[in-house]
Amino acid sequence: MNFYYKKYIPYLFLLPALILLALFFFLPFIQTFVISLKNYSFDIYNPYWCGFENYRILFKSKEFYTTIFNTFLFLLLVVPFLSVFPLVVAIFINQKIKGISLYKILIYLPVVVSLVVVAIAFKWLYTQEGILNYILHLAGISPVGWLTDTKFAMLSVAIVTIYKGVGYYMMIYLASLIGVPKDLYEAADIDGANEFFKHLTVTIPHIMPTIALVVTISSISALKVFTEIYVMTKGGPLNSTKTIVYYIYERAFENLDLSMASCASVVLLAVIFIFSLINIVFFEKKRYNL
Amino acid sequence: MIKKKLKGLGVHSFLIFISFLSLFPFLWLISTALKGIDENIFQYPPVFIPQHITFDNFTGVWKQIPFLLYFFNSMIVAGFTVILNLIFSSLAAYPLARMDFKGKNIIFYLILATIMIPFQAIMLPVYLIILKLHLVDSYGFVSGYLGLILPFAVNAFGIFLMRQAFLSVPKEMEEAAFIDGCSVFNIWLKILLPMTSPSLAVLAIFTFIGSWGEFLWPSIVLTHKSLYTLPVGVNDLQGMFSANWRYIAAGSIISVIPIIIFFILMQRYFISGQNEGAVKG
Repeated sequence: MNFYYKKYIPYLFLLPALILLALFFFLPFIQTFVISLKNYSFDIYNPYWCGFENYRILFKSKEFYTTIFNTFLFLLLVVPFLSVFPLVVAIFINQKIKGISLYKILIYLPVVVSLVVVAIAFKWLYTQEGILNYILHLAGISPVGWLTDTKFAMLSVAIVTIYKGVGYYMMIYLASLIGVPKDLYEAADIDGANEFFKHLTVTIPHIMPTIALVVTISSISALKVFTEIYVMTKGGPLNSTKTIVYYIYERAFENLDLSMASCASVVLLAVIFIFSLINIVFFEKKRYNL
Repeated sequence: MIKKKLKGLGVHSFLIFISFLSLFPFLWLISTALKGIDENIFQYPPVFIPQHITFDNFTGVWKQIPFLLYFFNSMIVAGFTVILNLIFSSLAAYPLARMDFKGKNIIFYLILATIMIPFQAIMLPVYLIILKLHLVDSYGFVSGYLGLILPFAVNAFGIFLMRQAFLSVPKEMEEAAFIDGCSVFNIWLKILLPMTSPSLAVLAIFTFIGSWGEFLWPSIVLTHKSLYTLPVGVNDLQGMFSANWRYIAAGSIISVIPIIIFFILMQRYFISGQNEGAVKG
């Protein structure tokens, strides 16, 4: 089959992409490990090798464990909701009713708007004299410091992430709902199953792979959360919303503590590697023709 | 029949409620932006429809913030990011889909591996590399733009998306073209690309949305306000007008108008459901 091109041609086609990937993925990937093994604290231009010393410091730091805890707390707040609720919305949208396109557009809208604007909009909802506290006031609940109370701040950030994600995951579910055979529903109808039971016994088993896919991809993006936190809380109050990427950002670009930033980056790489591997091997094989 | 109607009503009420929640934060921003200084924006109970609608906040914030410049910067950055992604992804995808060559498997898995490397974990060395290459705004605006664009000029998702698309094109097309004396490059350009234009469109649109909303990287590399993209500029409103929520709200609304127009024009690509494999950062 391969009669129509010279031997070097494939490499020529690959070259631009490979150069860019080497420069902006592989080289920095290796450098992350290298920097994590060096000490920059005496002279940032002349670091020296210090073995695993930095990791020892990192794993002794209480702040780091707080960030890890916060990151997984955030993941646990966001992922279950983003795996289930968009599916419910998708099932509603998948009914044959009028106006579906309009609903889809409105629910998808937050996905296309930049996260910075969404975070600002929520910051305004969350203010002390803001509208959310007014709703609580109507329900007879005293006002909440949505972004200023350590007990609520992470939840408030999670709500923004959920808000921004529902439309995205809804579209993924909609695409897979189309593939559920119609006659299975008819069979359930004949058995006299109600709507809820029908979806529990027909829809859910059929789209299980998609649910698993949504769980892993929403987990991966939860682990990378940054913008919401930067715009709304800057990791505060009292580190209660400081997640691992925010920690890396702060260390690298505010404290110029390259070593700690890189050690934390290696930890992030390891965690995301596990999630991505699960994702690729189990759920996305087809996309990559593995 | 009645049962069916009731069910329809239930479905509609649920979806109307969800759509309302989806719009609410923006509606509240608009409401705030339309209120003048004589109206208390912290009033209990909150007032949705302003008593005296005024556009003073919009004109006020427009005068102080160079939105057109930020918009232009965002267009340059997102535009070139899209163009480079389309070219480089589809170039790289061609041999991966169609040719046999030494090291194909290794290259394939190397590209796949980049999917597992989150940008957030390598951004520090990427920044150091960009500095070393003098691709930051202190070396001039072209360098500044390049520093914003190049790290995102290709990604594995795009390469795999195009590879999938090429795999679905019948091989006979290329063979016929070759027999007619068409070069490999022309087969790629004149046969494969036109036949995979739906995939190219999906790649373009989702790369554009991703690049347009990107905040972390530009906020790291940019030092000059003249190169701010819209998200960075909008975040900056908070610092400039600290407690002036009327201005912050008005500025935020102004900043989302372009992307909402884009979304409405391109809506069929977003809501048709064919984007399952599309990219998310």
